Amino acid sequence: MSDIPADLRYTKSHEWVRTEEDGSLTIGITAHAQELLGDLVFVETPEIGAVFAPGDDCTVVESVKAASDVYCPVSGEVTEINEALEDSPQIINEDAYGAGWLFKLQPSDAPEMDELMDADAYQAHVDEEDH
Amino acid sequence: MGNKTPLYAAHVEFDGKMVDFGGWDMPLHYGSQVDEHHVVRQDAGMFDVSHMTVVDLRGAGAKAFLSNLLANDIARLKDAGKAMYSCMLQDDGGVIDDLIVYYMTDDWYRMVVNAATRVKDMAWINKQSAAFDVEVTERPELAMIAVQGPSARERAVPLLPEDLREPSSALKPFFAAENGEWFVGRTGYTGEDGFEVVMPEASAASFWKALFDAGVKPCGLGARDTLRLEAGMNLYGSDMDETISPLEAGLNWTVAWEPAERDFIGRKAIEAQKAEGKARKFVGLILQGRGVIRNHQAVNVGDETGEVTSGGFSPTLQASIAFARVPATIGDECTVDIRGKGVPAKVVRPPFVRNGKSCID
Repeated sequence: MSDIPADLRYTKSHEWVRTEEDGSLTIGITAHAQELLGDLVFVETPEIGAVFAPGDDCTVVESVKAASDVYCPVSGEVTEINEALEDSPQIINEDAYGAGWLFKLQPSDAPEMDELMDADAYQAHVDEEDH
Repeated sequence: MGNKTPLYAAHVEFDGKMVDFGGWDMPLHYGSQVDEHHVVRQDAGMFDVSHMTVVDLRGAGAKAFLSNLLANDIARLKDAGKAMYSCMLQDDGGVIDDLIVYYMTDDWYRMVVNAATRVKDMAWINKQSAAFDVEVTERPELAMIAVQGPSARERAVPLLPEDLREPSSALKPFFAAENGEWFVGRTGYTGEDGFEVVMPEASAASFWKALFDAGVKPCGLGARDTLRLEAGMNLYGSDMDETISPLEAGLNWTVAWEPAERDFIGRKAIEAQKAEGKARKFVGLILQGRGVIRNHQAVNVGDETGEVTSGGFSPTLQASIAFARVPATIGDECTVDIRGKGVPAKVVRPPFVRNGKSCID
């Protein structure tokens, strides 16, 4: 079973969001998502300064199997991207919640965070999809 | 629930991610497809290919039958054990399947055809064989394991039945040895050295375990696909099918035009196509920009368009590579339409990788 950290928030499309101390958000894909995708070989991250609404496709992750869109969990502006992914996309397979983060976002609508799932709800969602 | 090979329990035990492949429950990978790919290029890996269809052709008319059935010329096989790759064509030149045929004795040939095409292949073979003195026998009770990689043969030989060890060690590439129940071909679908071993299904699990204990790593269909793509080997159903002739799938080299009097099925149609000149060419592509080429993406050559037949990521070259069917006017470069963006690609002649090394400048 994939690991699902309790301190993160999750989407149905398998993104995770971490609230940092400065109020910015770090976004990635879950361990379950990388498991479904298989070995990642290419990541197309957004531009710094790009502005997204919830559900916008903001990143493409490509594995040996297929290309997959990543959807922005909440509204905001991209402030930083994970440059290490350009040369080493497999970091996502190795450490989906840590070194494999995708980008950071300055949120424009903080209450949107409340719409996301907590770890228990996400676990239930994963279990349901597996059946 | 799909068909299961005699190694199904072993795949589950080794944490294989099982997927449907042509009606069979087969392992896609056992953790990392890329690691499995590298192990075959650098050391030794094994694949369960028991889903493939083994067909024995016995009888005085076997050679005459195959001379008619196959686009490649069975008469090229003069030494016992020698193997040949060929297409089996429809009357209109479309490819029914591609296969390997082994010449064992004058009245015994063995063919290995694809799994997903088994039903139509057998129907075709049985229909065409009626006019010849040949007995067609499918061998579903046999299992097959491909052991591939630079260390594959040295790891596998000591684990074979004793009377096959020496003959197997002595095999030249594209030859096979057998002792009735077991059959060892120095063939494969990876571009590396190795064996394809056919055995009674009851022996498959213990042979698999013995290979594993000897350091041969289980590999799934995912790595098999990236290895064959790097090796410049076609996949039936992706690169060619009944609507495509071998001339449009880069398989001209497998058609024996000589002797001119040999009348194989589909000959007239592909001769006419050859005389007309080819409208489409089959090429290799290496992506120059970032991204991954996928099957069915459009290839733009000036104002004309072609199509990717097999695309993916090459773990050896660390770049995206593909086969594509394109307008014959193509030069050294083209662009591939990847999600609406035209990404430049270099046009090359496959293979991309052989025996662990890049074939591309």
